[in-house]
Amino acid sequence: MNYAVKRFIQLIPILFGITFLSFLLMYMAGSDAVTEMYTNRGVEVAQEIIDEKKAALGLNLPFFQQYINWLWGMLHGNMGISYVTGEDVLLAFMKKLPATLLLTALSIALTVMISLPCGILAAVRHDKIADIVLRFGSFLGNAMPNFFVGMLLMEFLGIQLGVLPVISSGTDFRSAIMPTLTLAIAMSAKYLRQVRSAVLDELNKDYVLGAKSRGISAQVILWRNVMKASMLTIMTLLALSIGSLLGGTAIIESIFMWDGVGKLAVDAINMRDYPIIQAYVMWMAIIYVLVNLVADLLYHHLDPRIRLGVNAK
Amino acid sequence: MSQAITPTIRVQNVRQNRLQRKLWFFGGLAILLILASFFSDYLCPYDPYLQDMSLTKAAPSAEHLLGTDRYGRDMLSRVIAGSKTSIFSTLLLVGFIAVFGSIIGIICAWAGKWVDTLLMRMSDMFLAFPGLVFALAVAAVLGGGVHNAIFALAAISWPKYARLARSQTLALQSAAFMQAAKMAGSGTCKIIRKHVLPNIAGPILVTAMLDIGTMMMELAGLSFLGLGAKPPIPEWGSMMSDTRNLLPTQPWVTLSPGFAIFFSVMIFNLLGDTVRDYLDPKNRK
Repeated sequence: MNYAVKRFIQLIPILFGITFLSFLLMYMAGSDAVTEMYTNRGVEVAQEIIDEKKAALGLNLPFFQQYINWLWGMLHGNMGISYVTGEDVLLAFMKKLPATLLLTALSIALTVMISLPCGILAAVRHDKIADIVLRFGSFLGNAMPNFFVGMLLMEFLGIQLGVLPVISSGTDFRSAIMPTLTLAIAMSAKYLRQVRSAVLDELNKDYVLGAKSRGISAQVILWRNVMKASMLTIMTLLALSIGSLLGGTAIIESIFMWDGVGKLAVDAINMRDYPIIQAYVMWMAIIYVLVNLVADLLYHHLDPRIRLGVNAK
Repeated sequence: MSQAITPTIRVQNVRQNRLQRKLWFFGGLAILLILASFFSDYLCPYDPYLQDMSLTKAAPSAEHLLGTDRYGRDMLSRVIAGSKTSIFSTLLLVGFIAVFGSIIGIICAWAGKWVDTLLMRMSDMFLAFPGLVFALAVAAVLGGGVHNAIFALAAISWPKYARLARSQTLALQSAAFMQAAKMAGSGTCKIIRKHVLPNIAGPILVTAMLDIGTMMMELAGLSFLGLGAKPPIPEWGSMMSDTRNLLPTQPWVTLSPGFAIFFSVMIFNLLGDTVRDYLDPKNRK
């Protein structure tokens, strides 16, 4: 548990960094935020009113003063109001977050279901037909941007075959299939390779040769020893690939009209609704950092060499 | 399950020769692609901007191999013209982050102490953001355009190169030949130029080559969201997003820029893989 505490303490400067960068972005854009707000609401106002509003929002204060005020507000759950709708940003964001988390979780589950068995198969049948086919498939998948995959799926599953709705009608299961599939295909292509090379590395170790020469069956070696050892690497890599998934959801959600935070952010970008963008960037980074933390802690808990301190001098 | 631990010299020669041929082949394809994008103005059969309202949404035919879009512009010409924006911006971006990141990395390793701590904590901060999310926000704040999209992606990608260059340089510093160079009285500049750069160039080159495909896709992704090249400038990502609602009726219009991205990324990925294998000491004579 000592390690967990240490990791938490290491997290503090990173969290500060995240809030600082998020604020800085907003600050860079914020010079005409008030004008933007009135323009978005479709009202023409005098310069005096803009100046007054700026003073009221504390936009005339020095940079660090503004940052501290903003941070303080944020810690109290106040992330400002949307320039467009006038809604509380945190509330608007939290309302859409479950849909994105659902999509992310489904995509990860599907990715693991595709790439884990395929990756292991490819490693075991190294350089045989199955391996070559899977490698080729993952290679093709790696060269396709996710919006292209999404469009292809739309064209074939939605339009040619007509089995799935092209545009989400809400956040129900049927609408989730295509965005999930899109994200999972792009992610599996990358992850399959990583699983394959992790298992292959383990299979090439001396102890596997030793076990084989002692007549232990290949199945037992694979499932009892090799999988146990390579699982750690596989899990860490999965946690790392969640970062690209979180970024990918923005594009995919707006293609399929999936009503999550990614679409919220893209819409906000088009409307120049900076507080929403800021909330999106900050929370995505925090989620990402926390996922990595959990993965790291799990890694330390599962690896007996680290947990029992065998490696530590 | 296990392979021969030390391949014989003969096997290695054969492998090396095969890699060399692959390198020439994919390198040639990549150069062809880059040249094609450079001379795209001369390769387009029609003016990519020319609207012909009598010929809108035409199906592929002998005159217009990929058909026309809703303004009657020839799609093949637009795809070819799009290569200039897509491929050139990507190469510029990757070149920039590789050089900038490496400089930061070398400075970190060389200066050590607080400079190292400061710069590395900064790169930690950037790495804490999930890839595209931060680029999205930077591009949004800067307000779109190809240059801003390049800047946004550069802002999130330089730390990878900084870390790589730093760890490589640190590993070198304890090498005997470096100690020898120092004792022989070589100055910092000379050591970096003569000993550090040649030794860290390989891994950085490989990372950069493998990054070209990813960056091309991310740049196209930003353009797809309207944060990169703006229509009517032909760019593959924005072309796909622009013609998105033609998918049910004219799928070739929407999908052809996608295939262009797909094939270009594939060529650069194949080249990257080959360069990596070629520079891998395991495959060396």
